[in-house]
Amino acid sequence: MTSTVPPGAALPEHPDFLWRTPEPKKTYDVVIVGGGGHGLATAHYLAQKHGITNVAVLERGWLAGGNMARNTTLIRSNYLWDESAAIYEHSLKLWEGLEDDLGYPILFSQRGVLNLAHTEQDVRDSVRRVEANRLNGIDAEWLGPDEVAKICPIVNVSDDIRYPVQGATYQPRAGIAKHDYVAWGFARRADAAGIDIIQNCQVTDFVVDGDRVTGVRTTRGDIGCGTVALCAAGHTSVLLDRLGVRTPLQSHPLQALVSELLEPVHPTIVMSNAVHVYVSQAHKGELVMGAGVDGYNGYGRRGAFGVIERQMAAAVELFPVFARAHLLRSWAGIVDVTPDASPIVGHTPYENVLVNAGWGTGGFKATPGIGWAFADTVAHGRPHPLVAPFALERFVTGALVDEHGAAGVAH
Amino acid sequence: MQLITCPWCGPREENEFRYGGQAGLEYPADPAALDDEQWARFVFFRDNPEGAFAERWCHDAGCRRWLRAVRDTRTYVFAETRPYGSFPRRSARPERSA
Repeated sequence: MTSTVPPGAALPEHPDFLWRTPEPKKTYDVVIVGGGGHGLATAHYLAQKHGITNVAVLERGWLAGGNMARNTTLIRSNYLWDESAAIYEHSLKLWEGLEDDLGYPILFSQRGVLNLAHTEQDVRDSVRRVEANRLNGIDAEWLGPDEVAKICPIVNVSDDIRYPVQGATYQPRAGIAKHDYVAWGFARRADAAGIDIIQNCQVTDFVVDGDRVTGVRTTRGDIGCGTVALCAAGHTSVLLDRLGVRTPLQSHPLQALVSELLEPVHPTIVMSNAVHVYVSQAHKGELVMGAGVDGYNGYGRRGAFGVIERQMAAAVELFPVFARAHLLRSWAGIVDVTPDASPIVGHTPYENVLVNAGWGTGGFKATPGIGWAFADTVAHGRPHPLVAPFALERFVTGALVDEHGAAGVAH
Repeated sequence: MQLITCPWCGPREENEFRYGGQAGLEYPADPAALDDEQWARFVFFRDNPEGAFAERWCHDAGCRRWLRAVRDTRTYVFAETRPYGSFPRRSARPERSA
């Protein structure tokens, strides 16, 4: 706060063009549907780890213009169950070396996350999650209200608010990154390896031969494929409907917003499930806030104002200093939510169609981890052990991975 | 905030309502006959169309009654709302044998 460098002054310049704009070829070994974070990361690791470069990433809009541009960039791995902890912690470890791996700045800042507890039940659940995290080798601590105030002095820890802060879990290695730079970094490396990134190319249907898909129909013509890797987030079920494959996905708008640029006031990330807001401060100085999904199914990339109103009420109660900040802009992404708040990754009834979906409200933090594991799954034609627990079959076997507690926002 | 026309109360603000998901789902006529796959379909799998969607909504903060709506999931515009149960059932429930 005593720094003389204005916020944002140290940011890198806007980059020159980082990837080619190729015409689609007639056929590819792997067609990745969706040019967001997950699709681009999958492309990068297919090339880097498996030497598979005859790959196209098809993006219906502009590169990383969907949920990758609409999230709140929070990165953490403090999930309850072993299966989730494994994939998210793997991802966090990759984040920690990603700047070097990509040779590109991503402004990864490990400033820690506080998950506040406001009720006795919150406290019990939080302490349990801290212990579970530690057993999985994930950094986690339980803090009382005074310790919360030491880490983040602007949190109101007095006991005369509606939902007083009873304590918090703390993961010091959690952080934020600059989402655009992450996408551009992956795209640049994938492109350099020879992978075609094709924008304004919407997949509208599939060419089916028995239990295989031999090509995708797009707004730029048919493209043949060896394997199809779906990374289409909220539009996954729309695509799978074309194949007659049912999934338990529901698409909801998820809103987020930013304030005007402010001096650095918020040193960490604060999340509160009970009063429903999560806040960090971007490098440039905006307060970045999110809340829960809008309750109804929607593809409209906007939500209802009532959701923002409730989230602002929670934010101002927890952070009285925010009361005079102005809302700069708000937006919505379309997130694909599953019944157990865990992703769906792996095979479909079509032998060469693999799906990576259902990350709901928490896909950004998984970007390198799932790109790495999904690329391995695509390369070997079998689920990598990190994604095996997230197969579609779990809804039949009943082996759900219920992360409603740790996923952070209402589903 | 958009208004939703409750069939009993008239147009009311959206946040008075609770979303109830896909409409027209029938509880299995013979639950004991379902295998795990069929139960999974019934419990977890729902339509998720981009476009017109027949849905249940409950007027929680008003008359607390359920209504059935057809809404476009791209524009969020309601084509119609009706009292729940005023639609013909999708499939008649078979008679239970004694």
